[in-house]
Amino acid sequence: MTRSRWGWRMIEAVGLTKRYGAKTAVYNLSFQVRPGTVTGFLGPNGAGKSTTMRMILGLDTPTEGKVTIGGLPFRQTPNAPRQVGALLDAKAVHGGRSARNHLLSLAQLSGIPARRVDEVLGVVGLQDVARKRSKGFSLGMGQRLGIAAALLGDPQVLLFDEPVNGLDPEGILWVRNLMKRLASEGRTVFVSSHLMSEMALTADHLIVIGRGQLLADMSVTDFISTNSADFARVRTPDGEPQSREKLSAALSGAGAQVLTEPDGALRVTGLPLPRISDLAHGSDVRLWELSPHRASLEEAYMRMTQGAVDYRSTVDQKAGLTQQPQPGFGAPRQQIPEVPQQGFYAPPPPGSYAGAPAAAQAAPTAAAPADPTKPEDPR
Amino acid sequence: MTTPHQQQGAPVASYSSPIPVRKAHLGDALASEWTKIRSVRSTIWTLSVMAVLIVGIGLLIAVALNSSEADIANEQVLFFGFFGVLLASVCVMTLGVLTVASEYGTGMIRTTLTACPSRSRVLTAKALVFFLVVFVSTLVLTLVVGALQVSILDTAKAPTNEEWFRSTFGVSFFLASLGLLSLAVGVLIRHSAGAITAMIGVVLLPMVVAMFLAVESLAKVQEALFDYSIPNQLGVLYTDAGVDSGPQGWEPVWIMTAVAAAALAGAYAVLNSRDV
Repeated sequence: MTRSRWGWRMIEAVGLTKRYGAKTAVYNLSFQVRPGTVTGFLGPNGAGKSTTMRMILGLDTPTEGKVTIGGLPFRQTPNAPRQVGALLDAKAVHGGRSARNHLLSLAQLSGIPARRVDEVLGVVGLQDVARKRSKGFSLGMGQRLGIAAALLGDPQVLLFDEPVNGLDPEGILWVRNLMKRLASEGRTVFVSSHLMSEMALTADHLIVIGRGQLLADMSVTDFISTNSADFARVRTPDGEPQSREKLSAALSGAGAQVLTEPDGALRVTGLPLPRISDLAHGSDVRLWELSPHRASLEEAYMRMTQGAVDYRSTVDQKAGLTQQPQPGFGAPRQQIPEVPQQGFYAPPPPGSYAGAPAAAQAAPTAAAPADPTKPEDPR
Repeated sequence: MTTPHQQQGAPVASYSSPIPVRKAHLGDALASEWTKIRSVRSTIWTLSVMAVLIVGIGLLIAVALNSSEADIANEQVLFFGFFGVLLASVCVMTLGVLTVASEYGTGMIRTTLTACPSRSRVLTAKALVFFLVVFVSTLVLTLVVGALQVSILDTAKAPTNEEWFRSTFGVSFFLASLGLLSLAVGVLIRHSAGAITAMIGVVLLPMVVAMFLAVESLAKVQEALFDYSIPNQLGVLYTDAGVDSGPQGWEPVWIMTAVAAAALAGAYAVLNSRDV
């Protein structure tokens, strides 16, 4: 039914799985990307975003499942650049070739005339360096060249992998407006990124994956409200740890989740502000602060994916640089461990990982990986 | 929420390019590969070095022989172009490997295969363009150096038409096929330095191994290794006088063409099945 309405332009993945030896990069991924909107593709590093992009473009063959663009596997499209434009990797060019010759060779592959090459060079603002070898290009110029290649064939479907990497603020604004304009013309725009703030401004719809599995497929506003880490910050008088513990116990007893921030404030989730105030009053604790905190997309995202992060940074102790202290030369300096970053976000609601809320999922033909046995998010 | 796709009743106006879309074909890929091969410096460099080697060494030998008063009355004069062409084969192999492996090295292959998902079409275009570039340049160079040698060494007997044909057209075809073999090896190995090393091994190893196989029981193997080594086959193309074993006449051309075709078949299979 969707085929006829969206015709040519929909990207549809069904049960997409990719294994490299024992490692599963993408597991049972099903989603649809529709025309007319910018669809953001989010996930932590190593979540499988690029692998998925490569499978959409037929560069990698899925181990299981399939992905089609307008009903056809990409490798069977009769004239790919006229239908699908892609920017995968800004550095995927032969550095010894000039920007113009690079684009010309791509244009000729689908019978696009050379004057179109000059046209897109103007669109991305590279006309002055068109005859320069792309080896000397900055990352931002490389991104512009990659975007030019994607735009060459005036395609109906566009895929961009991290398009704003290395761009200056002017370039970021330009890309943002370009994506929106392309989508408003009725094209399908699929953009991967890990810049949440950027996605919040650009995308209308989000597909979030973590460890190769679908975490969410919904509109940006739904995503924030479903995964919001809204909380109340409660501060008791400094120097009265006993009253903080008392309040903490009272709040937990009332069913709230309480986390302690590094500076001693409490993060309370699960209770409305008046109730917190009442509880504090009831247990005779004075409050210095009781403030609501609304989550940004970034926080909602971090909260959702924190269980699915593969590469987590640790504090650099620089222990490998310092020489072993000689005995008798004073006590070794005490290292004060920083509060780990992950403690900053409230724990995900039960079942938010792997059991992606299927609210905005427009019933894809194959079963979405949302696990029906998992309890629905209470919010 | 304003995302249009959620307003199920109002589908977005569909976008279609004002310029009609036609099917892409091999001719497009050929034009593209021609642009690629002429727009990188490695092509210019390898072909220039090749020209210097073939013409330079050919002329040097001719001039040296002319002044040495050696008896060359019964020599096949064109054979003196052999040494230059043998050295130039390194350039051809390098260019053949780079045509493919540089795309892997830079990541350009992903851009190419995104713009043309038919991998066989890309490889066919690459192979055809590369073959023609090498064949035409070698043909021109061997014709030039042959003419120069014949005019300098005018005391020797004039080459027959058959000799002319084989040591220009035949040698060029042989060299271009050797280049195709390198191109296929480039697809299989995907790494410039590795593939070039492998190809130099293919050219040199049989002769080197033959030299060390001076064992009575292995005499047949030694002879075969020598006869079918690439330098010897190239020499046979110039003159097979006194050659009584191994390939003769036009056989080196057929052998090299068959080997290159087999390697290319492997390259097609691997390229179509492998992830990029």
